[in-house]
Amino acid sequence: MSDLTVSRVAPRGMVTIRADLGGPGAQAALLAATGCVMPGQRRIALQGRRALAWMAPDEAMLFLPPEEVAEVPGRIAAALGAAPHLAVDVSDARVIFRIAGPGARMVLAKGAPVDLAPQAFRPGDFRRTRLGQVAVAFWMTGDGAFELMCFRSVAGFVEDWLLNAARSVDPGLFAEG
Amino acid sequence: MSGRLAGGGRLIDRATPVSFTFNGARLSGFAGDTLASALLANGLLLQGRSFKYHRPRGPVASGVEEPNALVNLGTGARSEPNARTTVTELREGLVARSQNHWPSLGFDLGAVNARFAPLLPAGFYYKTFIHPRAAWKSLFEPAIRRSAGLGVVPEEGDADRYEYLYAHCDVLVAGGGVSGLAAALAAGRAGARVLLMEQTPVWGGRALVDGPEIAGGPAADWIAAALGELDALPNVTRRARAMVAGAYDHGYALAEEMLGDTDFGPRARLWRIRARRIVTATGALERPLAFAGNDVPGVMLASAVRDYLELYGVSVGDRTVVVTNNDDGYRTAIALARAGRTVPAVLDARPAAGGALPEEARALGIRIETGRGVARVRGGKAVRGVAVCDQEGEGAVVGRIACDAVAMSGGWSPVVHLWSHSGGRLAWNETLAHFAPDTGRPPLGPDGEGFAIPAGCASGALVAEEAMNDAHAAGLRAAQELGFRVEDTPAPAARSPHEDPPRAVWMMPARARPGLRAKAFLDFQNDVKVSDVRLAAREGYVSVEHAKRYTTLGMATDQGKLSNINGLATLSQALSIPIPEVGTTTFRPPYTPVTFGALAGEARGALFKPTRRTPIDAWSDANGADWEPVGDWRRPFCYRHGTETRAEAVRREVLNTRQGVGVLDASTLGKILVKGADAGKFLDLLYTNVMSSLGIGKCRYGLMCNENGFLFDDGVVIRMAEDTFLCHTTTGGSDRVAAWMEEWLQTEWWDLRVHVVNLTEQYAQIAVVGPKARAVLSALGGMDLSKEAMPFMTFAEGTLGGVPARAHRISFSGELSFEVAVPANRGQAFWDAVMTAGAAHGIAPYGTECLHILRAEKGFIMIGDETDGTVIPQDLGLSWAVSKKKADFIGKRAQARPEMTRPDRETLVGLRTGDPAVVLPDGAHAVDGPVAASGPTRTIGHVTSSYFSPTLGHSIAMALIERGAERMGQVLDFPLEGGEVIRATVCDPVFLDREGSRQNV
Repeated sequence: MSDLTVSRVAPRGMVTIRADLGGPGAQAALLAATGCVMPGQRRIALQGRRALAWMAPDEAMLFLPPEEVAEVPGRIAAALGAAPHLAVDVSDARVIFRIAGPGARMVLAKGAPVDLAPQAFRPGDFRRTRLGQVAVAFWMTGDGAFELMCFRSVAGFVEDWLLNAARSVDPGLFAEG
Repeated sequence: MSGRLAGGGRLIDRATPVSFTFNGARLSGFAGDTLASALLANGLLLQGRSFKYHRPRGPVASGVEEPNALVNLGTGARSEPNARTTVTELREGLVARSQNHWPSLGFDLGAVNARFAPLLPAGFYYKTFIHPRAAWKSLFEPAIRRSAGLGVVPEEGDADRYEYLYAHCDVLVAGGGVSGLAAALAAGRAGARVLLMEQTPVWGGRALVDGPEIAGGPAADWIAAALGELDALPNVTRRARAMVAGAYDHGYALAEEMLGDTDFGPRARLWRIRARRIVTATGALERPLAFAGNDVPGVMLASAVRDYLELYGVSVGDRTVVVTNNDDGYRTAIALARAGRTVPAVLDARPAAGGALPEEARALGIRIETGRGVARVRGGKAVRGVAVCDQEGEGAVVGRIACDAVAMSGGWSPVVHLWSHSGGRLAWNETLAHFAPDTGRPPLGPDGEGFAIPAGCASGALVAEEAMNDAHAAGLRAAQELGFRVEDTPAPAARSPHEDPPRAVWMMPARARPGLRAKAFLDFQNDVKVSDVRLAAREGYVSVEHAKRYTTLGMATDQGKLSNINGLATLSQALSIPIPEVGTTTFRPPYTPVTFGALAGEARGALFKPTRRTPIDAWSDANGADWEPVGDWRRPFCYRHGTETRAEAVRREVLNTRQGVGVLDASTLGKILVKGADAGKFLDLLYTNVMSSLGIGKCRYGLMCNENGFLFDDGVVIRMAEDTFLCHTTTGGSDRVAAWMEEWLQTEWWDLRVHVVNLTEQYAQIAVVGPKARAVLSALGGMDLSKEAMPFMTFAEGTLGGVPARAHRISFSGELSFEVAVPANRGQAFWDAVMTAGAAHGIAPYGTECLHILRAEKGFIMIGDETDGTVIPQDLGLSWAVSKKKADFIGKRAQARPEMTRPDRETLVGLRTGDPAVVLPDGAHAVDGPVAASGPTRTIGHVTSSYFSPTLGHSIAMALIERGAERMGQVLDFPLEGGEVIRATVCDPVFLDREGSRQNV
């Protein structure tokens, strides 16, 4: 009846970066090291196959092609110099799902205490939150779909959860203006 | 007798009959009926039995406040007890059964209770069943339990699905009557995001029946126009069948939306709402009058009588006496007369009735008797008539009127529940005799401003014109307070007949004799009468909260919606304390019962609770894993081959690992990366021992204590670079320790240059354990694993079998052991490679029980077994891992307190049972000296771990025993439940290889 879909996306390279993101030169250093502009609070900067997400005031998550992960920590170290920082490959720690189609907003609203109304959550918005009982983060991509990441140990549970939530959605709720 | 009239019924569709069954009888109603209206249409007034006296009862109301007409709906997996017939929508095939009677609704043996009513006064639970003491457990309790309770708990799992939905809005409007519609329109026009919820399927509330003129036309026309305008506003969402159940701190609200009993989609949806403002347009409820026999089926709220008439075309009786203390009750008399029903009289408790509605009734030829009341209702299962008395008298009968229905109106109370749930205060209105929101003292939101705004009848504005003005203003105010531009528009003009004030009547007649008071019911469901509340007052109950619990007034499923005000007014009179000083009991959510399924949401079956699974989980599951929960994970307890028992599998795994080679999925161990110039300093503060001195490439076992000195986690720390450490934690501790580190860094040691990342899930960790471990891993190729290249307690990074790996020479078993961390996505491939390489050496996986036995044989402690939150490292013989040199670490100061240093603390020892085959139960207590035949026995400790050791051929145990170290060689008694005593000798907890030569090869 609808083309609401829930699917796992192919593994991506992921690097956790911790540093004083508001410190002097941090923005430029991150841009140089990652090719992405550091986004604002609760936002994700989407740039082609790369993306940089705000995770906390001193934490960012870089998404990039897996083959490019190995060189990132070195580049960040070079860019940030003596400033305290940490950059580590976490590509294997998480699984990413894509939720696309009409009703995607409602699927997430069944489990996440986040305002998912069209005027409140737009492409580039990013939330660390929970889905039911599980810690997740999700964001909206440029094409209006959602991507959601969770730790790999609960990926099976989250997949079941999403498929269950997607069994019935009310098209009247969260309708795009 | 009740029945369907030839005409009328705004909500029913006479062209669509609906068949249903009640107590097995096939009946028919119409689409749009409630179960109550359909039963009344079929002449079935008797719909339930009361809780205590099993008195026959019919519906007294027409909505959510109904206390009497409770039924069991559905069968099997779709069975639901205690459903109110008054709010149950009739649907094809509905199956309902009445409750709380035996053998049948019409003839109930339990009704004999009523004959003994004098023996079952208020508080009889506390008075009656005290002696003889022994009779409580065997006689009284079972008998009470059998007769108490309402519906039958469903025995099957619920066939329906449920879900949550999180929603955010500027303004939540609770209630879809005309007030709620007006408030939603006002706020919605200003641009606020409005969520409007109505508990029934029908919009417009009482205005549909009571029909004020709105905006110059019939209320129904205005309602239709308002709904149309709301639907055109994209910022307004409205949901029918959605009851706002509770308003919580900071504008958080819960609502239950009923979606229907279908196989498609959920049955109910629990809305979890963040609202910046909550407009409580929850209306008002009519109060019953307290007169003798006011619970006989056929005695109904006046509003309910006209609801059944106007909405469903159902007449409750042929001759209806109206008894009232206010003008509104006359609406029922007028409606009945207009529908051609007989109203023999209106008994008005007031000395005079001169309002517009009484005048209209007079004009219709209805006899009005002022200053009069009902002395008692005649009839048992149905009304046969009323005895009339003077309201100001003691109940002397001045006349009798034959009738088969009584419509009573005791005035209206605003529904203040949502306002009150999180602290909104109430004010007593002497004129209208009700509590209404004190708008100067609202519940406060995070900004310190009131977040709830009452609207319409719910704020005490009972007349249509006032209600519409009030509701419109409430909507505007909500929007304005949130910063929306509002235009000063007028409220929809409403007009209704002028009403004279009511007269407070708490007992009818006012000076009723005890015999009448004992038949005047306040709480219908719980059978609490005026006499019970007065008895409570005589017995010294002055607090309304205490009187409630003593008498059970307001404790039924309707939570006192009808009885609250009448009850506290009765208490007020008995105590001669003004009503505002008596106050109300606390209003608590939910407003009406919310089905358990909605509260559980999707969390059932496979989605009940997330279970964390390792990268090797699927392999283990396919290879005989017998699972057990460990923290949030599932781990194999053992791997069973063929028909093996658990014990046989564990024994095999232990021997195979000690003698050959075993492999363990250790991926669940926490792995926390700590990096920064101050990382060493930081870890020195967290761990009891020194970590900053650890060499790069080395491993060190460490202990973590909390501020109170108690041990809460342990694990191996490795140093990867000058500024980088990786801390291993227990399986259950990874999240806790990571959060613990963050907390200290963020709140106390923010000056330390340290960053922390929890890498637990990034790696699969596989332990290859046993004398042949090196041979197996070396066969994979890629790293030099020799003793010389990688001595005990070191690690190296490289590749093994082509997989990037970090191999640690650490051992939790006392054997030669390598724990290898590989990227989680390669974990299964690496495991497969290890299994292949190990095949020639007889490699086999082992589970947690084998792991436990291996460590216990070596006397290694396990967090959660040897620790329980009260144990310090020194108790466990781990003083060697507690630095005496460091200036500080978490727990250091606490461990210096006298309690922690006293010599008689319980300390860790080993135990060997006299009979080597006997295994002590976990947790068995040791007593001081031999077990005494009688008298007190002092406990001196308990068993913390206990196993049969296949390696040693005898049982082994660890225990925490008072002055344990001083007791080596002592034999202790461990009495078990049932009288058996196990005797065991205190020994060193290291049972195997004290020198550690097995692991150091």
